Amino acid sequence: MVPTDAAAPSTPPLAAPLAPPPLLDVSGLCKSYGSAVVVDGVSFAIAPGECLGVIGPNGAGKTTTIRMCLGLTAPDTGSIHYHPPAGGAPLAMPRDALAIKQQLGVVTQFDTLDPDFNCSENLRVYGRYFGLGRALLDERIPQLLEFAALSHKASAKPGELSGGMRRRLSLARALVNAPHLLLLDEPTTGLDPQARHLMWERLQRLVQGGTSILLTTHFMDEAERLCSRLIVLDHGKKIAEGAPRALIAEHLEREVVEVYGAGALAWQHDARLAPLAERIEVSGETVFFYTQNAHPLLDVLLEQPQLRTLHRPANLEDLFLKLTGRQIRQDA
Amino acid sequence: MNTGELTRPPSLWRAPDLSRNWWPVFLRNLLVWRKLAIPSLVGNIAEPLMWLVAFGYGMGALVGKLTVHGEPVPYILFLASGSICMSAMNAASFEALYSAFSRMHVQKTWEGIMNTPISLDSVLLAELLWAAFKALFTVTAILLVMLALGISHSPKLLVAWPVLLCVGVMFSAIALIFNALAKGYDFFTYYFTLVLTPQMFLSGVFFPREQLPPLVRAISDWLPLTNAVELVRPLFMDAWPQHALQSGGTLIATTVLAFWVALALTRRRFEA
Repeated sequence: MVPTDAAAPSTPPLAAPLAPPPLLDVSGLCKSYGSAVVVDGVSFAIAPGECLGVIGPNGAGKTTTIRMCLGLTAPDTGSIHYHPPAGGAPLAMPRDALAIKQQLGVVTQFDTLDPDFNCSENLRVYGRYFGLGRALLDERIPQLLEFAALSHKASAKPGELSGGMRRRLSLARALVNAPHLLLLDEPTTGLDPQARHLMWERLQRLVQGGTSILLTTHFMDEAERLCSRLIVLDHGKKIAEGAPRALIAEHLEREVVEVYGAGALAWQHDARLAPLAERIEVSGETVFFYTQNAHPLLDVLLEQPQLRTLHRPANLEDLFLKLTGRQIRQDA
Repeated sequence: MNTGELTRPPSLWRAPDLSRNWWPVFLRNLLVWRKLAIPSLVGNIAEPLMWLVAFGYGMGALVGKLTVHGEPVPYILFLASGSICMSAMNAASFEALYSAFSRMHVQKTWEGIMNTPISLDSVLLAELLWAAFKALFTVTAILLVMLALGISHSPKLLVAWPVLLCVGVMFSAIALIFNALAKGYDFFTYYFTLVLTPQMFLSGVFFPREQLPPLVRAISDWLPLTNAVELVRPLFMDAWPQHALQSGGTLIATTVLAFWVALALTRRRFEA
């Protein structure tokens, strides 16, 4: 297993417990480039052991937000504070950037693995950047390789690995300093389903072990599966925040009936169907009927065998599209 | 805590944030290079030695002896003492341009490092010292061959050695400016053609600068490579440089200024 220093008190104190300070506390973040406002007053906090997802269309400000959290871009206004779990004074970005990064793990969108080093060497060289000594690394590297399911590839270079293996090596590398907080920027983009599931399983293990995660993703199933809480960014603003299921319940009807096939578009105005749906949306050749109870609607549709229908519960993707729109962005 | 207040972005020209953090980055480059050291050694010294043999013995037979500060000097010694500075310049420039650019832009190695407790300033310092180390390595190999060929036996070569390291540091610093500005490898062709090649011909490597027209010579006085040659050549002839303070001062001032500019431009590149 991966070493973590999580030592959460197991018994709650008798007096009303003070909530532990958030691990990362981001407040009123703004960033403009020229006249373009990229991040506009974003605030959020990550509690110890929490997985927070940041979702939003391309250009919503996700990457800039992450870069500011890493001290790579200076915010125009706002503050970023890190509260070390071991106690001590809170650290502020960018002033204490190096002290904060000592306790962070980062997996960027694009791998930055060293192509000239094999898997073990990649971990060792990266560990040295954190000032870790030989003995500690000798002990930790085999554990990390095992965690990443790469023990059999210890001597292989990144160029010889599959995409999924490279992402897991990047994850293992980010864990070399036993971080309390992981920042993951689209960790499974471009992976096949097997590799994604293995990645998810590893990330879930980390959260169970007490590691906090800040995750950006375009995959709603990934966000729903991994994140205990989500924030939705669009045009640099936070437009929604909450647990995935709660957000869906708050913003959406329970069920969706998708109708497609020959002449499907005409049915959006049908006098019998329209009153049975709370909300109707069209995307391409498909009509989406959003409703609390789909059965009356399905009964009517049954009489039209030329139409193809899909009945499913409303999901995070519906929420995302409702909040950020179905149109492809000009700059996306 | 300044929530809500407009925080001024830190100046690109602020003092460098340097610490011993550069060492793991330097070590990283050393470990990669160690795997390729022997082939790269051949590449690093083969070309300078060809220059030396072809020009030194070929041209040397035609030229005979030259006079430097009133002292007669065999042409091969004149050339060896100048071309070793040129080798330091080329080795440092090549490493701080092509290789550093690969690590910075193509492999994104720097981005990976900047997510650890190592600042961009330290990464750049590591690259500066690394390119200078590569130059020193090349220079050392050439010096050993020159000793074996009996071109110079001056005990002051021991002083020339650290001076050549400083020459490497200076040319690394200058090259890192252009590394920070580069959009691709093609850009470096201009640097080699427009910055390094003129210095090669105007700095007294192949012929005494006294041959140059006065205006060109006045320009040549200020070239970094000229100052390097002015320091190193007398040491090969077992003499002390005549204007050691002036040349040494120019060398150090150029290094500090170039690194400062390179740092500001690199910060700008990474903040964008």
